[in-house]
Amino acid sequence: MATEKVTAATFNDVVLKSATPVLVDFWAEWCGPCKAVAPILEEISNEYAGKIKIVKLNTDEEGPIAMKYGISSIPTMNLFVGGQIVKSIVGARPKPAIVRELSEYLN
Amino acid sequence: MSVDYSKVHEVVIVGSGPAGYTAAIYTARAQLNPVIYEGSVTAGGALMNTTEVENFPGFEHGIMGPDLMDQMRKQVLSFGAELVTDDIVSMKLDSDIKELIDGAGNTIRAKSVILAMGSAYKELGLTNEKRLSGRGVSWCATCDGFFFREQVIAVAGGGDSAMEEANFLTKFATKVVIVHRREELRASKIMAERAKNNPKIEFLFNTQILDVLGEDKVTGLKLKNVKTGEESVKDFTGLFVAIGHLPRSELVKGQITMNNEGYVEVDGRSTRTNLRGVFACGDLVDHTYRQAITAAGSGCQAALDAERFLSGH
Repeated sequence: MATEKVTAATFNDVVLKSATPVLVDFWAEWCGPCKAVAPILEEISNEYAGKIKIVKLNTDEEGPIAMKYGISSIPTMNLFVGGQIVKSIVGARPKPAIVRELSEYLN
Repeated sequence: MSVDYSKVHEVVIVGSGPAGYTAAIYTARAQLNPVIYEGSVTAGGALMNTTEVENFPGFEHGIMGPDLMDQMRKQVLSFGAELVTDDIVSMKLDSDIKELIDGAGNTIRAKSVILAMGSAYKELGLTNEKRLSGRGVSWCATCDGFFFREQVIAVAGGGDSAMEEANFLTKFATKVVIVHRREELRASKIMAERAKNNPKIEFLFNTQILDVLGEDKVTGLKLKNVKTGEESVKDFTGLFVAIGHLPRSELVKGQITMNNEGYVEVDGRSTRTNLRGVFACGDLVDHTYRQAITAAGSGCQAALDAERFLSGH
């Protein structure tokens, strides 16, 4: 499944109330490493469809949510399980490294 | 286009800053059909996280770092080189046919290899720096400056990168304090002057950062004046670390001769390493100049050295 965009209006339903773990990618248009990691997140989203959902939150458009979660570096990829952050990955990383970080939620 | 993993390639290039891309342009024009591993998240290299490049010849009005790298990349592709947006995760370089394994698990074989992995940001080495990374500690002003609007932040370092980051950050922050261990800046005159003339920038010289303070976000720094020994705590909500770079040579450690700091050693003015058919260029080798143009120049040298090596093979 391709990644989907999440906004303030959908954050509660799509992320906090999700039955499956959700990785939220906090990103912005002007951020080089965000662009670099984007295709990797698409691949992971497709390969692990059903196990994990990957959504993208544009920090330019959704400042208050980014602020609420104390985002001060992007990309930051926060993994939400049952509405709680269980893992935070800061900075672009190669695919195997991200998969390794998420491994306990991908099986 | 996809890479043929069954054959032995003439040359594989690892890395894609100005050095890797230039080596690619030259080897592609020499009909060596290079395969370039540009890195899965590091493609384009260090310049991808910079703003305006004012000193790369040929651009009267300067050019943005990412745009320059995009141009180089397109130039590489225009000569039919094969670009792979993946990393090399291991290399065996000591025999005539070199074997490299990529992130996807493919093994690629080649008669020659050009190493251009560049360098990575140096860290201060403080436990709390790691813990608060992404919580106020950052290595990328262009990525994260936006999150520090109307705040007072610190930049660690005294070189050109520190000056560039500090200047850029004044677009957002109310005040930027450059914290530098020494009495004088290492930065070039033009960059130092620009920072000194910026009313939002202040300097703390002879000052060492002992610790980064804060529970779940940065609230301040514990500092020490290296001259007087006096310790102090100052409030900051952000710390940008720009204290230099370390060569990305871990992958070839134990195979390639390098100096104490991990820079790959080359033979005289050439790009030849201690292993036959293995060449190194760019920031991986150069701890002195470390400019886009010198990296590009050494990438060109590596390509010519590889070409010469292959023709005598």
